[in-house]
Amino acid sequence: MKKISKIKITLIFISVIIGFIYAAPNFISNLRHSNVPNFLPGKIINLGLDLKGGSYLLLKADMDIVFAEKLEFLMSDIRSSLRKAKVGYRKLNIKEQKISFEKRNVNSNENIKSIIFKLNKDLLVNQNEKIFFVEFSKINKDKIIKSTMAQAIEIVRRRIDETGTNEPTIQQQGIDRIIVQLPGLEDPGRIKRLLGKTAKLTFQLAHPTINSEDIKKGGVAPPGFSILEDDKDPNLLYMINKRVMVSGEMLKDATSSFDRNNSPSVSFKLSALGGKKFGRVTGKNIGRDFAIVLDGKVVSAPTIQSQIFSSGQITGNFSLQETNDLALVLRSGALPAPMVILEERSVGPGLGSDSISSGKIASLLGIIAVMIFMIMTYGSFGVFANIALFCNIVFLIALLSLLQATLTLPGIAGIVLTMGMAVDANVLIFERIKEEYKMGRKIYDAIESGFQKAVSTIIDANLTTLFAAIALFSYGSGPIKGFSVTLMIGILTSMFTAIIITKYLVLFYVKKKDINKIFY
Amino acid sequence: MKYLRLIPSDTNFNFLKFKKFAFLFSLLILLGTVFSLLFNSLNYGIDFKGGILLELRSKNVNLPDINDLRNKISSLDVGEISIQKFGKETDVLVRIQKQEGDEKNQIKVIERVKSLTIKDYEIRRSEFVGPVVGEELKFAGILAVCLALLSIMIYIWFRFEWQFSIAAIIALTHDVFSTVGLFSILQLEFNLATIAAILTTAGYSINDTVVIFDRVRENLRRYKSKDHYYIYNKSINETLSRTVMTSVTTLIALLIIFFFGGAVLADFSLAMIWGVLIGTFSSIFVAVSLLTFFNINKGEQVNNEANIPEYERD
Repeated sequence: MKKISKIKITLIFISVIIGFIYAAPNFISNLRHSNVPNFLPGKIINLGLDLKGGSYLLLKADMDIVFAEKLEFLMSDIRSSLRKAKVGYRKLNIKEQKISFEKRNVNSNENIKSIIFKLNKDLLVNQNEKIFFVEFSKINKDKIIKSTMAQAIEIVRRRIDETGTNEPTIQQQGIDRIIVQLPGLEDPGRIKRLLGKTAKLTFQLAHPTINSEDIKKGGVAPPGFSILEDDKDPNLLYMINKRVMVSGEMLKDATSSFDRNNSPSVSFKLSALGGKKFGRVTGKNIGRDFAIVLDGKVVSAPTIQSQIFSSGQITGNFSLQETNDLALVLRSGALPAPMVILEERSVGPGLGSDSISSGKIASLLGIIAVMIFMIMTYGSFGVFANIALFCNIVFLIALLSLLQATLTLPGIAGIVLTMGMAVDANVLIFERIKEEYKMGRKIYDAIESGFQKAVSTIIDANLTTLFAAIALFSYGSGPIKGFSVTLMIGILTSMFTAIIITKYLVLFYVKKKDINKIFY
Repeated sequence: MKYLRLIPSDTNFNFLKFKKFAFLFSLLILLGTVFSLLFNSLNYGIDFKGGILLELRSKNVNLPDINDLRNKISSLDVGEISIQKFGKETDVLVRIQKQEGDEKNQIKVIERVKSLTIKDYEIRRSEFVGPVVGEELKFAGILAVCLALLSIMIYIWFRFEWQFSIAAIIALTHDVFSTVGLFSILQLEFNLATIAAILTTAGYSINDTVVIFDRVRENLRRYKSKDHYYIYNKSINETLSRTVMTSVTTLIALLIIFFFGGAVLADFSLAMIWGVLIGTFSSIFVAVSLLTFFNINKGEQVNNEANIPEYERD
């Protein structure tokens, strides 16, 4: 009879112990982490939002609006560049995401093109006789998307941090999307409201004479003016000068406060530059209405009583919650693009803990049932398979903690399923040993060759399942990803435990007891 | 000690004799699936269809009054709604169709329904999937299933002969398709978890098939003088006790998830229970039966005959 390698046994033993050490923190987490001995690794399994409760939001930045805005800026840059170079032009406008204009005097086309390329060398410029078309190239657009997304993620993070939500995860997905995960947050209503505002704040002068009634009677906006709605009352209209006097970027701080009438309002402080500008405008326009415009709607348009410098108050028909939110979004800065919520999934803490407990019960019962069944069928060999199965669970928990993979409810089902399938490897091996034994081999040879022959089948069978799991992982939406991760890890750990650990247990047993009969 | 034997140790069933019945059975299942898909379609969940889903638990001692709830939510004029009991007596699931207009309208509806129900109900879960994401998830789901089938087919093609690969993939497609059929016939909600269940089923079924094919390959090399029919039957019989054992242990685990895993996992485990049953059936009766249509060359397989010990050769 061959000798059992001591080194191999020691290595297996050590790996099992390491598995135990990494799995352990999951079972003593109730004692709080301060009580956990220092030598233990601190990582525990990361529960998915469906288990610990919380909200998942998928946001999309509306890039079309950003492109349109940037195109407006580009048009005014082109206008001033052409003027500066004394190039005559007319019909400068934007149509179908293209800027177009017609040259008037005999300027060389090359000259005009070089003026435009000086603004940005990546622009696409086409020309049809006298008419020029300018549009963003792919490179321009990619750059705009990149900087917009970086800024948007930053602003989203600031806004969520301000609400005091615990451990939010904010990450970019794909080109123009952001995933926000808010563990423990039951109702994401406030967050959604906060992210729903771009919070572009501007101060603009109102037209000195045209009022809401005049506009409704059919007043047309004079050049340089536009008609804006009131934030609360869509019937109230304002004729507002398009020129932005001071904008939200010049805000230094904003807090919720109360005005003289003790109704909620927002106090703001401007930066030094903003204060100077604000002072100049208010000084020159005493007696006129100064509109506070938020996201294209007029919050209020108070009459300027006196010159104001660096600090002021935004009053309107606000509730306290609204001023809190407004102050928060102003402090955190404007989002560079409007955010659209594409997907939302929220799980309350009640459902989460129910899922955990039913998951625990199901896995425990499942494992016990499978174990009993194995002992009934294979006797002491079944016990070895069960020890291997137990080690498998330990490894699975250890790896899930170590990799910080997310465990979801389908993930728990995945664990139970791998348990059912993990014993498959042992079933294959035991059935094969039995066959070999029946063919007249000695017990030890039958075990050796049974293992050897079963292993190639096990690897084939498990690899194909692994392919399905990988396809699932690449599909990758939330809970499904969690399921595929547990399935993949389960397949790998079960191959180790079911083949190697069981083999040595069986060999050891046969050697010790000097058994020459199995199963019958 | 007497051990439990599910299958007598030396079976010698003539499985292939039932080939015609098995094909007829499969044909019926597949036809049923096609008809059900044509007439019933699938009961898509909001994951694919877009829309709103709320899981509510009655706060009162009284059980939830579904009619009252329906009237209340209908009064918001949100289009088609469905309300059903879910798991416990106190729990209901509210589904609201995808709203007209952009995503903002959907979010508004969630908030309105929430504020309407928050007095009497605990909101255990709320989900909203926009139409864009729904379409993407549907596409990604189909892609994932196809990719899984393709990669499995290629692997088997490399490890075995191409005939095995074809037989396996037909058996596998049969399983996947009939699971979709089950969801259509029973009108169970077809969602992301269902795709997961289908892919896992595919993994299980192919596992089963590969084990039998492995034995077929081995026996083809070993019993060169015997005909294919004999070898296929023998291979199924030799692996039968393993096939049954594994199916039973996996089914035990799945049945326990079905009964104790909570309402969220119930449909998921049901799909897999069906998958294990049909997967086991198809490995034996579809995959191996299909091999009989090919004349698999035993000679070609012998290139590593040297690996087979002398006493094992026939």
